[in-house]
Amino acid sequence: MEPMIDIQTSVNGANLSARVPARQTLVDFLRYHLELTGSHVGCEHGSCGACTIRLDGDIVRGCLVLAAQADGAAVETIEGLSDSGELADLQATFHARNALQCGYCTPGMLLTAQALLADNPAPSREEIRAYISGNYCRCTGYQAIVDAIESVAAARRGVIS
Amino acid sequence: MKPAPFNYIKPSSIGDALAALGEHPEAVLLAGGQSLLPMLNMRLVAPSHVIDIGALPAMNEVSIADGWLRMGALLRHCDLAASPTVAEAAPLLQAAARHIGHPAIRNRGTIGGSLALADPAAELPACLLALGGRLVIEGLDGERVVEAAAFFTGTFETALRRDEILRAVEVPVLAPKYRSEFHELARRLGDYALVGLAAHGQIDNGGVHDLRLAFFAVGDKPALAVAAARSLEGKSLSEANIAAAVALLADDIHPIGQPGYGERTKLHHCGVLVKRALSRMAA
Ligand SMILES: Cc1cc2nc3c(=O)[nH]c(=O)nc-3n(C[C@H](O)[C@H](O)[C@H](O)COP(=O)(O)OP(=O)(O)OC[C@H]3O[C@@H](n4cnc5c(N)ncnc54)[C@H](O)[C@@H]3O)c2cc1C
Ligand code: FES
Ligand code: FES
Repeated sequence: MEPMIDIQTSVNGANLSARVPARQTLVDFLRYHLELTGSHVGCEHGSCGACTIRLDGDIVRGCLVLAAQADGAAVETIEGLSDSGELADLQATFHARNALQCGYCTPGMLLTAQALLADNPAPSREEIRAYISGNYCRCTGYQAIVDAIESVAAARRGVIS
Repeated sequence: MKPAPFNYIKPSSIGDALAALGEHPEAVLLAGGQSLLPMLNMRLVAPSHVIDIGALPAMNEVSIADGWLRMGALLRHCDLAASPTVAEAAPLLQAAARHIGHPAIRNRGTIGGSLALADPAAELPACLLALGGRLVIEGLDGERVVEAAAFFTGTFETALRRDEILRAVEVPVLAPKYRSEFHELARRLGDYALVGLAAHGQIDNGGVHDLRLAFFAVGDKPALAVAAARSLEGKSLSEANIAAAVALLADDIHPIGQPGYGERTKLHHCGVLVKRALSRMAA
Protein backbone atom coordinates (compact mmCIF):
# COMPACT_ATOMS: atom_id res chain seq x y z
CA MET A 1 0.00 0.00 0.00
CA GLU A 2 1.21 3.50 -0.85
CA PRO A 3 2.17 5.33 2.36
CA MET A 4 0.32 8.67 2.53
CA ILE A 5 1.07 11.82 4.54
CA ASP A 6 -1.27 14.65 5.53
CA ILE A 7 0.08 18.11 4.92
CA GLN A 8 -1.04 21.67 5.42
CA THR A 9 0.60 24.26 3.29
CA SER A 10 0.05 27.62 1.72
CA VAL A 11 0.31 27.74 -2.06
CA ASN A 12 0.36 31.18 -3.66
CA GLY A 13 -1.25 32.57 -0.53
CA ALA A 14 -4.09 30.04 -0.25
CA ASN A 15 -4.04 27.63 2.72
CA LEU A 16 -4.82 24.05 1.89
CA SER A 17 -4.77 20.56 3.36
CA ALA A 18 -3.95 17.53 1.29
CA ARG A 19 -3.13 13.85 1.60
CA VAL A 20 -0.05 13.12 -0.51
CA PRO A 21 2.00 9.99 -1.30
CA ALA A 22 5.10 10.07 0.94
CA ARG A 23 7.31 9.72 -2.11
CA GLN A 24 5.71 12.50 -4.15
CA THR A 25 7.95 15.45 -4.99
CA LEU A 26 6.65 18.95 -4.37
CA VAL A 27 6.66 19.85 -8.07
CA ASP A 28 4.60 16.75 -8.90
CA PHE A 29 2.14 17.65 -6.15
CA LEU A 30 1.78 21.14 -7.64
CA ARG A 31 1.37 19.83 -11.17
CA TYR A 32 -0.81 16.76 -10.65
CA HIS A 33 -2.77 17.56 -7.52
CA LEU A 34 -3.21 21.32 -7.90
CA GLU A 35 -2.87 21.43 -11.71
CA LEU A 36 -0.36 24.24 -11.44
CA THR A 37 1.60 23.18 -14.50
CA GLY A 38 3.68 26.34 -14.88
CA SER A 39 6.54 24.74 -12.93
CA HIS A 40 8.15 22.37 -15.39
CA VAL A 41 9.91 19.06 -14.91
CA GLY A 42 13.02 18.37 -16.95
CA CYS A 43 15.61 16.15 -15.34
CA GLU A 44 14.18 15.21 -11.91
CA HIS A 45 17.62 15.25 -10.37
CA GLY A 46 18.40 18.86 -9.71
CA SER A 47 20.39 19.71 -12.82
CA CYS A 48 18.13 21.75 -15.09
CA GLY A 49 16.24 24.23 -12.90
CA ALA A 50 12.97 23.97 -14.89
CA CYS A 51 11.15 23.07 -11.64
CA THR A 52 12.31 26.15 -9.69
CA ILE A 53 9.73 27.35 -7.13
CA ARG A 54 9.84 29.37 -3.93
CA LEU A 55 9.67 27.69 -0.56
CA ASP A 56 9.44 30.00 2.46
CA GLY A 57 10.83 32.80 0.30
CA ASP A 58 13.85 30.93 -1.11
CA ILE A 59 14.15 29.52 -4.62
CA VAL A 60 14.49 25.73 -4.54
CA ARG A 61 14.29 22.77 -6.90
CA GLY A 62 10.72 21.49 -6.83
CA CYS A 63 12.00 18.05 -7.84
CA LEU A 64 14.39 17.89 -4.84
CA VAL A 65 11.80 18.59 -2.15
CA LEU A 66 9.14 16.11 -1.05
CA ALA A 67 5.58 17.38 -0.86
CA ALA A 68 5.68 16.06 2.73
CA GLN A 69 8.52 18.50 3.49
CA ALA A 70 6.27 21.42 2.51
CA ASP A 71 4.05 20.76 5.53
CA GLY A 72 3.73 24.09 7.34
CA ALA A 73 5.60 25.96 4.63
CA ALA A 74 4.67 28.67 2.13
CA VAL A 75 5.02 27.69 -1.51
CA GLU A 76 5.02 30.18 -4.37
CA THR A 77 4.94 29.27 -8.04
CA ILE A 78 5.15 31.09 -11.35
CA GLU A 79 1.32 31.24 -11.39
CA GLY A 80 1.16 33.18 -8.12
CA LEU A 81 4.09 35.43 -8.89
CA SER A 82 2.69 36.14 -12.32
CA ASP A 83 -0.79 36.98 -11.01
CA SER A 84 0.57 39.24 -8.29
CA GLY A 85 2.48 41.29 -10.87
CA GLU A 86 5.78 40.78 -9.04
CA LEU A 87 7.47 39.53 -12.20
CA ALA A 88 5.65 41.76 -14.69
CA ASP A 89 8.70 43.77 -15.76
CA LEU A 90 10.85 40.66 -16.08
CA GLN A 91 8.16 38.93 -18.15
CA ALA A 92 7.69 41.92 -20.46
CA THR A 93 11.44 42.32 -20.92
CA PHE A 94 12.03 38.60 -21.57
CA HIS A 95 9.37 38.93 -24.27
CA ALA A 96 10.79 42.13 -25.73
CA ARG A 97 14.36 40.85 -25.76
CA ASN A 98 13.57 37.40 -27.21
CA ALA A 99 14.77 35.77 -24.01
CA LEU A 100 12.47 32.80 -24.55
CA GLN A 101 11.72 30.54 -27.46
CA CYS A 102 10.01 27.29 -26.46
CA GLY A 103 9.44 28.64 -22.95
CA TYR A 104 10.31 25.45 -21.12
CA CYS A 105 13.00 27.05 -18.96
CA THR A 106 11.23 30.40 -18.61
CA PRO A 107 9.30 30.00 -15.33
CA GLY A 108 12.43 28.76 -13.57
CA MET A 109 14.54 31.43 -15.22
CA LEU A 110 12.14 34.20 -14.11
CA LEU A 111 12.10 33.02 -10.48
CA THR A 112 15.88 32.73 -10.46
CA ALA A 113 16.29 36.18 -12.02
CA GLN A 114 13.96 37.66 -9.41
CA ALA A 115 15.99 36.04 -6.60
CA LEU A 116 19.20 37.42 -8.09
CA LEU A 117 17.83 40.96 -8.29
CA ALA A 118 16.65 40.75 -4.68
CA ASP A 119 20.19 39.72 -3.59
CA ASN A 120 22.05 42.01 -5.92
CA PRO A 121 20.23 44.93 -7.60
CA ALA A 122 23.21 45.80 -9.81
CA PRO A 123 24.70 42.52 -11.04
CA SER A 124 27.41 42.43 -13.70
CA ARG A 125 26.83 40.17 -16.73
CA GLU A 126 29.29 37.74 -15.16
CA GLU A 127 27.28 37.70 -11.92
CA ILE A 128 24.05 37.16 -13.87
CA ARG A 129 25.62 34.18 -15.64
CA ALA A 130 26.86 32.76 -12.34
CA TYR A 131 23.45 33.07 -10.70
CA ILE A 132 21.53 31.43 -13.56
CA SER A 133 24.20 28.74 -14.03
CA GLY A 134 21.82 26.15 -12.58
CA ASN A 135 19.04 26.91 -15.07
CA TYR A 136 19.44 25.28 -18.44
CA CYS A 137 18.03 26.82 -21.59
CA ARG A 138 18.30 24.69 -24.72
CA CYS A 139 16.98 27.37 -27.08
CA THR A 140 18.25 30.89 -26.61
CA GLY A 141 21.97 30.53 -26.03
CA TYR A 142 21.53 32.61 -22.84
CA GLN A 143 22.77 35.88 -24.38
CA ALA A 144 19.23 37.30 -24.65
CA ILE A 145 18.36 36.12 -21.14
CA VAL A 146 21.38 37.93 -19.72
CA ASP A 147 20.41 41.02 -21.75
CA ALA A 148 16.87 40.94 -20.36
CA ILE A 149 17.94 40.52 -16.74
CA GLU A 150 20.57 43.23 -17.10
CA SER A 151 18.04 45.66 -18.53
CA VAL A 152 15.41 44.95 -15.83
CA ALA A 153 18.08 45.49 -13.18
CA ALA A 154 18.92 48.86 -14.73
CA ALA A 155 15.27 49.86 -15.07
CA ARG A 156 14.52 48.95 -11.44
CA ARG A 157 17.43 51.12 -10.37
CA GLY A 158 15.98 53.93 -12.45
CA VAL A 159 18.73 53.80 -15.05
CA ILE A 160 17.46 54.11 -18.64
CA SER A 161 19.23 51.61 -20.90
CA MET B 1 12.07 8.95 -12.65
CA LYS B 2 10.02 8.80 -9.47
CA PRO B 3 11.12 7.30 -6.15
CA ALA B 4 10.04 3.82 -5.10
CA PRO B 5 7.47 3.89 -2.26
CA PHE B 6 8.73 4.60 1.25
CA ASN B 7 7.36 5.64 4.61
CA TYR B 8 8.05 9.17 5.82
CA ILE B 9 8.84 9.93 9.44
CA LYS B 10 9.42 13.39 10.86
CA PRO B 11 10.84 13.06 14.39
CA SER B 12 10.71 16.09 16.68
CA SER B 13 13.94 15.41 18.56
CA ILE B 14 17.32 13.90 17.80
CA GLY B 15 16.53 11.14 20.32
CA ASP B 16 13.38 10.19 18.40
CA ALA B 17 15.35 10.27 15.15
CA LEU B 18 17.98 7.92 16.58
CA ALA B 19 15.26 5.61 17.90
CA ALA B 20 13.62 5.51 14.45
CA LEU B 21 17.00 4.75 12.84
CA GLY B 22 17.51 1.90 15.29
CA GLU B 23 14.04 0.52 14.71
CA HIS B 24 14.21 0.52 10.89
CA PRO B 25 17.41 -1.02 9.51
CA GLU B 26 16.49 0.01 5.94
CA ALA B 27 15.82 3.68 6.78
CA VAL B 28 17.79 6.72 5.55
CA LEU B 29 18.13 10.20 6.99
CA LEU B 30 16.91 13.19 4.99
CA ALA B 31 18.53 16.58 5.69
CA GLY B 32 18.47 19.09 2.80
CA GLY B 33 17.70 16.35 0.29
CA GLN B 34 19.94 17.82 -2.41
CA SER B 35 21.80 14.54 -2.79
CA LEU B 36 19.24 12.11 -1.36
CA LEU B 37 16.33 13.24 -3.59
CA PRO B 38 18.30 12.70 -6.82
CA MET B 39 19.29 9.26 -5.51
CA LEU B 40 15.67 8.47 -4.62
CA ASN B 41 14.34 9.81 -7.94
CA MET B 42 16.85 7.71 -9.87
CA ARG B 43 16.12 4.75 -7.59
CA LEU B 44 19.77 4.40 -6.68
CA VAL B 45 18.39 3.95 -3.17
CA ALA B 46 15.04 2.49 -2.16
CA PRO B 47 14.76 2.82 1.63
CA SER B 48 11.87 1.46 3.70
CA HIS B 49 11.66 4.75 5.62
CA VAL B 50 12.87 8.29 5.07
CA ILE B 51 13.56 10.00 8.39
CA ASP B 52 13.32 13.76 7.88
CA ILE B 53 15.71 15.47 10.30
CA GLY B 54 15.62 18.73 8.31
CA ALA B 55 13.54 20.61 10.87
CA LEU B 56 15.12 19.32 14.10
CA PRO B 57 15.54 22.20 16.54
CA ALA B 58 18.88 23.82 17.43
CA MET B 59 20.84 21.99 14.78
CA ASN B 60 21.65 24.87 12.44
CA GLU B 61 23.39 27.21 14.83
CA VAL B 62 26.78 28.85 14.51
CA SER B 63 28.72 29.53 17.71
CA ILE B 64 32.23 29.96 19.06
CA ALA B 65 33.52 28.37 22.28
CA ASP B 66 37.01 27.53 23.58
CA GLY B 67 38.71 28.48 20.33
CA TRP B 68 36.44 26.33 18.17
CA LEU B 69 33.85 27.42 15.63
CA ARG B 70 30.88 25.08 15.88
CA MET B 71 28.31 24.68 13.11
CA GLY B 72 25.17 22.59 13.49
CA ALA B 73 24.88 19.82 10.88
CA LEU B 74 21.71 21.38 9.44
CA LEU B 75 23.39 24.70 8.61
CA ARG B 76 22.54 25.33 4.95
CA HIS B 77 25.25 26.13 2.42
CA CYS B 78 23.64 29.57 1.80
CA ASP B 79 23.77 30.40 5.52
CA LEU B 80 27.36 29.15 5.76
CA ALA B 81 28.26 31.49 2.90
CA ALA B 82 26.43 34.44 4.48
CA SER B 83 27.44 34.05 8.15
CA PRO B 84 29.67 36.89 9.40
CA THR B 85 30.90 34.61 12.22
CA VAL B 86 32.05 31.99 9.71
CA ALA B 87 33.60 34.71 7.52
CA GLU B 88 35.77 35.80 10.43
CA ALA B 89 36.55 32.48 12.10
CA ALA B 90 36.83 30.21 9.04
CA PRO B 91 37.00 32.21 5.78
CA LEU B 92 38.00 29.01 3.94
CA LEU B 93 34.54 27.51 4.55
CA GLN B 94 32.86 30.65 3.33
CA ALA B 95 34.92 30.71 0.13
CA ALA B 96 34.18 27.03 -0.46
CA ALA B 97 30.43 27.30 0.13
CA ARG B 98 30.10 29.62 -2.86
CA HIS B 99 31.38 26.86 -5.14
CA ILE B 100 28.73 24.32 -4.13
CA GLY B 101 26.16 23.85 -6.88
CA HIS B 102 23.81 26.74 -7.62
CA PRO B 103 21.80 29.19 -5.46
CA ALA B 104 18.70 26.96 -5.39
CA ILE B 105 20.84 23.98 -4.26
CA ARG B 106 22.61 26.04 -1.60
CA ASN B 107 19.22 27.16 -0.25
CA ARG B 108 18.52 23.56 0.86
CA GLY B 109 21.78 21.59 1.06
CA THR B 110 23.44 21.35 4.48
CA ILE B 111 27.00 21.14 5.78
CA GLY B 112 26.18 17.91 7.61
CA GLY B 113 24.70 16.33 4.48
CA SER B 114 27.77 17.19 2.46
CA LEU B 115 30.13 15.72 5.05
CA ALA B 116 28.02 12.62 5.75
CA LEU B 117 27.73 11.92 2.03
CA ALA B 118 31.51 12.31 1.45
CA ASP B 119 31.40 12.76 -2.30
CA PRO B 120 35.07 12.68 -3.39
CA ALA B 121 34.47 15.82 -5.50
CA ALA B 122 32.79 17.79 -2.69
CA GLU B 123 34.37 20.99 -1.39
CA LEU B 124 33.62 20.87 2.34
CA PRO B 125 35.34 17.57 3.26
CA ALA B 126 38.66 18.92 1.91
CA CYS B 127 38.20 22.18 3.84
CA LEU B 128 37.66 20.25 7.05
CA LEU B 129 40.85 18.31 6.43
CA ALA B 130 42.82 21.49 5.69
CA LEU B 131 41.53 23.18 8.85
CA GLY B 132 42.04 20.15 11.11
CA GLY B 133 38.33 20.02 11.93
CA ARG B 134 36.34 17.42 13.84
CA LEU B 135 32.86 15.95 13.69
CA VAL B 136 30.45 15.58 16.57
CA ILE B 137 28.45 12.40 16.17
CA GLU B 138 25.44 11.34 18.18
CA GLY B 139 24.33 7.77 18.75
CA LEU B 140 21.89 6.07 21.09
CA ASP B 141 24.72 5.49 23.57
CA GLY B 142 25.93 9.10 23.52
CA GLU B 143 28.22 11.45 21.68
CA ARG B 144 31.63 10.86 20.13
CA VAL B 145 34.03 13.16 18.33
CA VAL B 146 35.99 12.08 15.25
CA GLU B 147 38.88 14.00 13.66
CA ALA B 148 38.32 14.93 10.00
CA ALA B 149 41.45 12.96 9.04
CA ALA B 150 39.83 9.77 10.40
CA PHE B 151 36.26 10.54 9.28
CA PHE B 152 36.58 10.30 5.51
CA THR B 153 37.37 6.67 4.70
CA GLY B 154 36.55 6.28 0.99
CA THR B 155 34.18 7.12 -1.86
CA PHE B 156 30.88 8.00 -0.15
CA GLU B 157 32.27 6.29 2.96
CA THR B 158 32.82 7.77 6.41
CA ALA B 159 33.29 6.72 10.03
CA LEU B 160 29.54 7.34 10.62
CA ARG B 161 27.70 4.17 11.58
CA ARG B 162 24.29 3.71 10.06
CA ASP B 163 22.54 4.21 13.40
CA GLU B 164 24.30 7.53 14.13
CA ILE B 165 23.56 11.16 13.28
CA LEU B 166 26.15 13.83 12.53
CA ARG B 167 25.21 16.58 14.93
CA ALA B 168 27.77 19.32 14.45
CA VAL B 169 31.06 20.23 12.83
CA GLU B 170 33.88 22.09 14.55
CA VAL B 171 36.98 23.82 13.22
CA PRO B 172 39.63 25.80 15.12
CA VAL B 173 38.98 29.55 15.02
CA LEU B 174 41.37 31.24 12.59
CA ALA B 175 44.59 31.84 14.54
CA PRO B 176 46.75 34.96 14.15
CA LYS B 177 48.57 35.24 10.81
CA TYR B 178 46.85 32.19 9.34
CA ARG B 179 45.54 32.53 5.81
CA SER B 180 43.35 30.36 3.61
CA GLU B 181 42.95 30.00 -0.12
CA PHE B 182 40.28 28.04 -1.97
CA HIS B 183 40.62 27.23 -5.66
CA GLU B 184 38.75 24.87 -7.93
CA LEU B 185 38.55 24.00 -11.60
CA ALA B 186 35.16 23.05 -13.02
CA ARG B 187 33.91 22.83 -16.59
CA ARG B 188 30.99 25.12 -15.84
CA LEU B 189 30.06 27.27 -12.86
CA GLY B 190 28.35 25.24 -10.17
CA ASP B 191 29.48 21.91 -11.54
CA TYR B 192 31.29 19.47 -9.33
CA ALA B 193 35.03 20.15 -9.39
CA LEU B 194 37.39 18.55 -11.89
CA VAL B 195 39.98 19.17 -9.21
CA GLY B 196 40.16 21.52 -6.24
CA LEU B 197 42.43 22.72 -3.45
CA ALA B 198 41.81 24.01 0.06
CA ALA B 199 45.02 25.59 1.40
CA HIS B 200 45.63 26.83 4.92
CA GLY B 201 48.76 27.99 6.71
CA GLN B 202 50.51 30.67 8.72
CA ILE B 203 52.54 33.42 7.11
CA ASP B 204 55.05 34.83 9.59
CA ASN B 205 58.37 36.64 9.22
CA GLY B 206 58.27 36.09 5.47
CA GLY B 207 57.97 32.32 5.87
CA VAL B 208 55.10 29.84 5.73
CA HIS B 209 54.37 27.51 8.63
CA ASP B 210 52.05 24.61 9.31
CA LEU B 211 50.91 24.60 5.70
CA ARG B 212 48.15 22.21 4.68
CA LEU B 213 47.24 21.51 1.08
CA ALA B 214 44.04 19.46 0.86
CA PHE B 215 42.96 18.34 -2.60
CA PHE B 216 39.54 17.10 -3.62
CA ALA B 217 38.24 15.30 -6.73
CA VAL B 218 41.63 13.58 -7.01
CA GLY B 219 40.83 10.16 -5.55
CA ASP B 220 38.38 8.31 -3.34
CA LYS B 221 38.58 10.94 -0.56
CA PRO B 222 40.18 14.32 0.11
CA ALA B 223 43.97 14.06 0.29
CA LEU B 224 46.68 16.11 2.01
CA ALA B 225 49.83 16.78 0.00
CA VAL B 226 52.14 16.16 2.95
CA ALA B 227 55.58 16.15 1.30
CA ALA B 228 54.89 19.27 -0.77
CA ALA B 229 53.61 21.17 2.26
CA ARG B 230 56.48 20.04 4.51
CA SER B 231 59.06 21.11 1.93
CA LEU B 232 57.92 24.70 2.42
CA GLU B 233 58.02 24.77 6.24
CA GLY B 234 59.68 28.00 7.37
CA LYS B 235 60.51 29.04 3.82
CA SER B 236 59.41 32.07 1.84
CA LEU B 237 56.73 31.55 -0.79
CA SER B 238 59.08 32.51 -3.60
CA GLU B 239 58.44 31.31 -7.12
CA ALA B 240 61.35 28.87 -6.87
CA ASN B 241 60.21 27.41 -3.55
CA ILE B 242 56.66 26.98 -4.81
CA ALA B 243 57.93 25.29 -7.98
CA ALA B 244 60.03 22.88 -5.89
CA ALA B 245 56.96 22.01 -3.80
CA VAL B 246 54.86 21.48 -6.93
CA ALA B 247 57.49 19.02 -8.18
CA LEU B 248 56.86 16.92 -5.05
CA LEU B 249 53.10 16.64 -5.68
CA ALA B 250 53.59 13.47 -7.72
CA ASP B 251 54.79 11.75 -4.51
CA ASP B 252 51.78 12.95 -2.53
CA ILE B 253 48.84 12.78 -4.88
CA HIS B 254 47.92 9.89 -7.13
CA PRO B 255 44.92 11.23 -9.02
CA ILE B 256 42.38 8.89 -10.51
CA GLY B 257 41.69 9.93 -14.09
CA GLN B 258 38.27 10.10 -15.69
CA PRO B 259 37.26 9.83 -19.35
CA GLY B 260 38.75 12.75 -21.25
CA TYR B 261 40.71 13.87 -18.20
CA GLY B 262 43.74 11.69 -17.51
CA GLU B 263 45.86 11.38 -14.38
CA ARG B 264 48.74 13.43 -15.77
CA THR B 265 46.53 16.36 -16.72
CA LYS B 266 44.89 16.21 -13.31
CA LEU B 267 48.26 16.18 -11.56
CA HIS B 268 49.35 19.13 -13.68
CA HIS B 269 46.20 21.00 -12.66
CA CYS B 270 46.95 20.24 -8.99
CA GLY B 271 50.25 22.06 -9.51
CA VAL B 272 48.50 24.98 -11.18
CA LEU B 273 46.15 25.32 -8.20
CA VAL B 274 49.05 25.17 -5.72
CA LYS B 275 50.82 27.97 -7.60
CA ARG B 276 47.67 30.08 -7.64
CA ALA B 277 46.92 29.52 -3.97
CA LEU B 278 50.44 30.05 -2.64
CA SER B 279 51.23 33.08 -4.75
CA ARG B 280 48.07 34.71 -3.40
CA MET B 281 48.93 33.69 0.14
CA ALA B 282 52.33 35.32 -0.29
CA ALA B 283 50.85 38.57 -1.61
C1 LIG C 1 22.69 20.14 -9.33
C2 LIG C 1 23.48 19.87 -8.09
C3 LIG C 1 24.78 20.33 -7.98
C4 LIG C 1 25.53 20.08 -6.84
N1 LIG C 1 26.81 20.53 -6.79
C5 LIG C 1 27.57 20.26 -5.70
C6 LIG C 1 28.92 20.69 -5.62
O1 LIG C 1 29.45 21.35 -6.53
N2 LIG C 1 29.62 20.38 -4.49
C7 LIG C 1 29.07 19.67 -3.47
O2 LIG C 1 29.74 19.41 -2.47
N3 LIG C 1 27.80 19.26 -3.52
C8 LIG C 1 27.04 19.53 -4.60
N4 LIG C 1 25.73 19.10 -4.62
C9 LIG C 1 25.20 18.33 -3.46
C10 LIG C 1 24.78 19.26 -2.34
O3 LIG C 1 25.89 19.93 -1.81
C11 LIG C 1 24.10 18.54 -1.20
O4 LIG C 1 23.48 19.55 -0.48
C12 LIG C 1 24.96 17.81 -0.19
O5 LIG C 1 25.80 16.90 -0.84
C13 LIG C 1 24.12 17.00 0.77
O6 LIG C 1 23.50 17.80 1.72
P1 LIG C 1 21.95 17.63 2.03
O7 LIG C 1 21.69 18.36 3.28
O8 LIG C 1 21.19 18.02 0.84
O9 LIG C 1 21.88 16.07 2.34
P2 LIG C 1 20.79 14.96 1.93
O10 LIG C 1 20.65 14.89 0.47
O11 LIG C 1 19.57 15.14 2.75
O12 LIG C 1 21.58 13.67 2.48
C14 LIG C 1 22.74 13.20 1.83
C15 LIG C 1 23.23 11.94 2.57
O13 LIG C 1 23.77 12.25 3.85
C16 LIG C 1 23.02 11.63 4.89
N5 LIG C 1 22.89 12.64 5.95
C17 LIG C 1 22.46 13.92 5.78
N6 LIG C 1 22.54 14.61 6.93
C18 LIG C 1 23.03 13.73 7.86
C19 LIG C 1 23.35 13.85 9.25
N7 LIG C 1 23.21 15.02 9.91
N8 LIG C 1 23.84 12.75 9.89
C20 LIG C 1 24.01 11.59 9.21
N9 LIG C 1 23.73 11.42 7.91
C21 LIG C 1 23.25 12.48 7.23
C22 LIG C 1 21.70 11.22 4.27
O14 LIG C 1 21.18 10.09 4.89
C23 LIG C 1 22.11 10.93 2.82
O15 LIG C 1 22.64 9.65 2.70
C24 LIG C 1 24.96 19.35 -5.75
C25 LIG C 1 23.65 18.89 -5.83
C26 LIG C 1 22.91 19.14 -6.99
C27 LIG C 1 21.52 18.61 -7.06
S1 FES D 1 13.41 18.96 -12.96
FE1 FES D 1 14.15 19.76 -11.13
S2 FES D 1 16.09 20.48 -11.66
FE2 FES D 1 15.47 19.49 -13.49
S1 FES E 1 13.40 28.87 -24.22
FE1 FES E 1 13.48 26.77 -24.73
S2 FES E 1 14.61 25.98 -23.08
FE2 FES E 1 14.83 28.09 -22.77
